[in-house]
Amino acid sequence: MKIRYFAWLRDHTGHGQEEMPCPSHVKTISDLISHLEDQDQKYKMAFAQKQVIRVAINHEFASIDDAVTDQDEIAFFPPVTGG
Amino acid sequence: MTILHVDVTDKVIDPAFEMAQLQNRHMGAISVFIGTVRDDYDDELVALHLEHYETMTQNKLHAIAAEASERWSLGQLRVVHRIGRLLPEEMIVLVAASSAHRADSLEAVHFVMDYLKTDAPFWKAEETKEGLSWVSARDADDIAKEKWNK
Repeated sequence: MKIRYFAWLRDHTGHGQEEMPCPSHVKTISDLISHLEDQDQKYKMAFAQKQVIRVAINHEFASIDDAVTDQDEIAFFPPVTGG
Repeated sequence: MTILHVDVTDKVIDPAFEMAQLQNRHMGAISVFIGTVRDDYDDELVALHLEHYETMTQNKLHAIAAEASERWSLGQLRVVHRIGRLLPEEMIVLVAASSAHRADSLEAVHFVMDYLKTDAPFWKAEETKEGLSWVSARDADDIAKEKWNK
């Protein structure tokens, strides 16, 4: 799976994207966040404000309970501020 | 059949060029919204940095434009959004539409801006001499979008 981070989430993780095989215990976005938080303190920082973080699966807005697969592109970002 | 044009660019927006594309003998109205870089800091804003999520931005802007073209009778709808580093007063976004009569293009432009503000994945960071700080989203933008669902 490919994971992308934007705005202050990228500042915390230190990178804009990464690729990794989807771990067998990761079935949903929520599982993925927990998995990342277990890997490194920087992810704990990035995901500290869970209530404001938005997520997209394959370029469509998704929710924390949505399923993820190894083929997906997942993106994490703050509420958008364009225009 | 409405002509839809979506452009995300690091080049300066040229309103005269956009207007010229919209002029048409069968369309009696052109409505335009332009959003510009605003300094909220007593002249301390150096620049505004805009980043986006490329593929999703294109998808969302096209979807919003398509929805507007179904709700209103438009000749053409153009959405142009800047990315990169912008100076105060520079144009961030231009939404413009042509229609036979004014109501369609006026409402369509308003609708596109309200949806763009909440659905298009752009993020702003303000540059001052202290460094960069990310701009927070406004609840008012969510409320503005809701009115179109009534």
